[in-house]
Amino acid sequence: MPAITFIHPDGKSDRVETSDGESAMQAATRHGLDGILAECGGNAMCATCHVYVDASWLARLPAMADDEDALLDGAAAERQPASRLSCQIVITPDLDGLVLKMPERQV
Amino acid sequence: MSVSGSPVTGGPSAIPHLDVDPFAMNFFADPYPTHEVLREAGPVVYLDKWNVYGVARYAEVHAVLNDPATFCSSRGVGLSDFKKEKPWRPPSLILEADPPAHTRTRAVLSKVLSPTVMKQVRDRFTAAAEERVDLLLEKRSFDAIADLAEAYPLSIFPDALGLKPEGREHLIPYASVVFNAFGPPNQLRQEAIERSAPHQAYVAEQCQRQNLAPGGFGACIHARVDEGEITATEAPLLVRSLLSAGLDTTVDGIGAAVYCLARFPDQWQRLRGDLSLARNAFEEAVRFESPVQTFFRTTTRDVELSGATIGEGEKVLMFLAAANRDPRRWDKPDSYDITRRTSGHVGFGSGIHMCVGQLVARLEGEVMLTALAKRVARIEITGEPKRRFNNTLRGLDSLPVTITPA
Ligand code: HEM
Ligand code: FES
Repeated sequence: MPAITFIHPDGKSDRVETSDGESAMQAATRHGLDGILAECGGNAMCATCHVYVDASWLARLPAMADDEDALLDGAAAERQPASRLSCQIVITPDLDGLVLKMPERQV
Repeated sequence: MSVSGSPVTGGPSAIPHLDVDPFAMNFFADPYPTHEVLREAGPVVYLDKWNVYGVARYAEVHAVLNDPATFCSSRGVGLSDFKKEKPWRPPSLILEADPPAHTRTRAVLSKVLSPTVMKQVRDRFTAAAEERVDLLLEKRSFDAIADLAEAYPLSIFPDALGLKPEGREHLIPYASVVFNAFGPPNQLRQEAIERSAPHQAYVAEQCQRQNLAPGGFGACIHARVDEGEITATEAPLLVRSLLSAGLDTTVDGIGAAVYCLARFPDQWQRLRGDLSLARNAFEEAVRFESPVQTFFRTTTRDVELSGATIGEGEKVLMFLAAANRDPRRWDKPDSYDITRRTSGHVGFGSGIHMCVGQLVARLEGEVMLTALAKRVARIEITGEPKRRFNNTLRGLDSLPVTITPA
């Protein structure tokens, strides 16, 4: 199963194993990482699963849908070009090694 | 209430038939033992009283919510099947709709109630919460339902919508009709509908464009007509959705949170020690009390769910509240823990119909609990809480409390 790395705002990092078809958000919450709130449970409605995608990975992710784009404007932490909602990133084998940075705040 | 858990024998799908009425007064008074019976009887049960299937475990409730093509909403999310019975009011264009119709109306309300819009109303909602707490600190002893859980949303939500000051007393009674009407034809539903005419007239009038103040949620919905996203006849009905679902639910949500924090003083002290827990304290109260207890779906085809076969055109009752306390999903489900990871609870539903107003509800809950925890050292329940009975909503009618200033 692919593993992905979450970097906390303080620079510490956590590498987590994902299970089949899981989103990055689900992997983070299943492993109890505090930096991802996911208040809406992955329904693309809350923007509390915001992440900054590592520069080397950004172009390798599938493009975002309009609703994700709109929601990111309302994210609590600053929106950057690398911003994504982690509930919308489904981990496929080619994303093994993905690096996601968590923002200072989610609400 | 007697419960017979005897499975129907012979068939491939041994679905337990239960003699349980989840819309009876004695059930509402204490639903938890019956929720457990429903969960433990099997993944899918049949309720003979109303001839409906029921799901009370987290996995099945979540599965039904997330398969809207099989478990549809357009035939009504109450017991009444719109294919067989005339709906008591024109159906909702969002709640009681399926894709693709739902997708379009949903996009409009999502934009009107988006995280970006919440940033704009946040300061106003916060100031009103602080004002309300100032007032309560002067009183010291009050009814936490009327004076807090109702008074606070009433002081901000109708204004946020852009409603006229006159006639707002119809709002809570109207919502109570709407939520009673999802239930079976029992006394609660019949009486609610019989008395609904004046409330319906008020709501129909308020939903018109000329009656909604510029800048409010209502006006924003109508503005989408100009963009061609919805028609001029659809807009008032979408405003109606916010009037139906946006007030009473938050009254019960805030009421639930205060009731929890008053009952569990250790959690109150934890919150006082770390105000950043306020938002999750509200969320956990929505899981723990589940202000919206149930919704129905109707099957669009024969379907197998966790080994049970359900035919086409059957009503399926989802026990959101039971799923939110399913020990298969939650650790210590019956304890109120404000540090719990609440993500995934179904108090706001899940999937395409998941509450479009959830950000409004959370904002109200968060700022109110923050304002309280900043200024109040203790909340004491000083009299017997009284329950308010509704076919769908769970909440209190009164909760006498005394607060001590910090
Ligand atoms: C604590 C407060 C609230 C709770 C517990 C709650 C609960 C729910 C639930 C369980 C659903 C799902 C219905 C279904 O799946 O059939 C829902 C949908 C909905 N809610 Fe809420 N709600 C709350 C507050 C609000 C607020 C504040 C608004 C409006 C500002 C609102 C507007 C709606 C609307 C329009 C829908 C229909 C969405 C759709 O069908 O796509 N709700 N709510
Ligand atoms: S979990 Fe809510 S938007 Fe991702």
